[in-house]
Amino acid sequence: MIELDCLGQKCPLPVIKLARTIGRVEVGGIVRVLADDPAAANDIPAWCRMKKQEYVGSPAANTFDVRRLS
Amino acid sequence: MEYTGDPAGPAAYLDAATASPLHPVTREALLAALEDGWADPARLYAAGRRAQQLSDAARAAFAEALGVRADEVSFWPSGTAAAQAAVLGGLAGRARKGDTLVHSAIEHSAVLHAAARGKAAEVGVDRLGRLDLDAWERAVAAPGVALASLISASHEVGTVQPVAAAAAYCAEAGVPLFVDAAQSVGRADVPPGWSLLSASAHKWGGPPGVGVLVVRKGVRWISPYPQDDLYRPGTPGSVDLPAVVAAAASLRAVRAEAKAEAVRLSALVDRIRARVPELVPDVEVVGDPEQRLPHLVTFSCLYVDGEALLHALDRAGFAVSSGSSCTASTLRPSHVLEAMGVLSHGNVRVSLHRGTTEADVDRFLAVLPGLVETIRRAAGM
Repeated sequence: MIELDCLGQKCPLPVIKLARTIGRVEVGGIVRVLADDPAAANDIPAWCRMKKQEYVGSPAANTFDVRRLS
Repeated sequence: MEYTGDPAGPAAYLDAATASPLHPVTREALLAALEDGWADPARLYAAGRRAQQLSDAARAAFAEALGVRADEVSFWPSGTAAAQAAVLGGLAGRARKGDTLVHSAIEHSAVLHAAARGKAAEVGVDRLGRLDLDAWERAVAAPGVALASLISASHEVGTVQPVAAAAAYCAEAGVPLFVDAAQSVGRADVPPGWSLLSASAHKWGGPPGVGVLVVRKGVRWISPYPQDDLYRPGTPGSVDLPAVVAAAASLRAVRAEAKAEAVRLSALVDRIRARVPELVPDVEVVGDPEQRLPHLVTFSCLYVDGEALLHALDRAGFAVSSGSSCTASTLRPSHVLEAMGVLSHGNVRVSLHRGTTEADVDRFLAVLPGLVETIRRAAGM
C-alpha cells in the first residue's frame, strides 16, 4: 500500500496526486490518500468511478482507500 | 500603460442562471413606469391612485402568467427574500401542526439557510440530480412535518424535478409544498399542486431586485417580519414599483417567446453536452440529459482548479459560473454536486439566454479545450 499525505492541500491536488500514484501499485493494490479538503470525500470516489478504479472506503476521518483495478 | 485584454472574439455572457441580461421590454417598461411608479400606491390622492393602477396591472399580469389569483401574488426585494419568506412564513403558519421542514438536498442555499433556523429533514437525489420520490413520500408523511420545499429544477445542473408527483405525496399527507421556481418561471410552466411558489425577475431577463411569492388561498402563512395591518403576504415597506412593472411586462414578453427559445437553446445545450466530452478528455457532463432546463448545462473537468478555469474563460471573454469549492465563499464544494456524488472540482456551469448565438457556443467550444489543457499541464497532468 502506498500512503499519500495530502493534508492541507486543496482540491484538485489530492486527486491529481492519486492519479499520478495509482500506476505505482500492482493491480489489486491500494493507495491510501490522506486529505482534509472538504471536496476530497466527494471527488475521490467520483475519480474512481470516472477512471474505473475501486473506491474501497474511508476507514478513518480524512482517509480514503482506492484499489487499482487496471 | 493601459491593459488591454485579448479575447478570441466578442465577449459572451453565459451565466443567465445567475442573472439574465435585460429583455428589451424590461428597459422600455422600466422607463415608462418611472413616470407614475414613484408614488405610494396606498395613498388616496391622484398620484397614489396612478401608482395603484400600475401595481394592480402588474399583479394581474403575474396572476395570469402563473395561473393564480391576483391577491395571491406578492412582491419582494429578491428571489432569495421571496423564497425565505415562503419557508419561514409557511413554517410559522403551520406551527400548530408541526415544526419540521422537508426539503430536497439540492435546494438553493437561500432555502437551506432558512431551513437551518429550525428542524429540517433532507431528501436525497440520484446521480442525475433527480429527487428520490420514495424517500420524499416517507419524509412528508412523517409526524410533525409543517412544510415541504422542492426546487422546480436544479439551478446548478438543470435537472427538472418531479414536482407533480412530489405535490401529490404532499397532498396525501396534508403538507403544503413550496416550490422555488426561480429557474423555471419564464421558461417552462410549473406543474400545479403546490401551495407556495417563488420566482426571481432577473433570472428571466427582468430587472434585478424583484422577487415574486405566491401563497395560494387557504394556505396559512404568517409573516416572519413585523406585520402591517393588511394581513396579506408582502415585504415590509414599499416595493420598487417601477421594477415590479418591468418584471411583469418582461415576463409576458419572455413567455410569448419561451417555446421557440427553449427549442433553440436546448439544441445549443445538446451541442455542448455532446461536444465537450469529445473535445476535452476526462470530463463528466452532469445532470439529467433529457428532463432538464432548456438553457443550462454543467460539466466537471478532472484535475482542473475551477477558479483557474473561470479566470481563464473570463480572460477569453466568457462569463460562466462554477460549483467548485475554490470558487465558493465557504470553500466547500457545491452541496448539489455533493448530493449527486459527481465530481466537484473543475466545475463549469454554462447558462444561455435569448442573446446567446450559435457562434458564441462554437467559440466557447473552440476555446475550452486549450484552456483546460494549459491548466492541467501547469498542474503536472
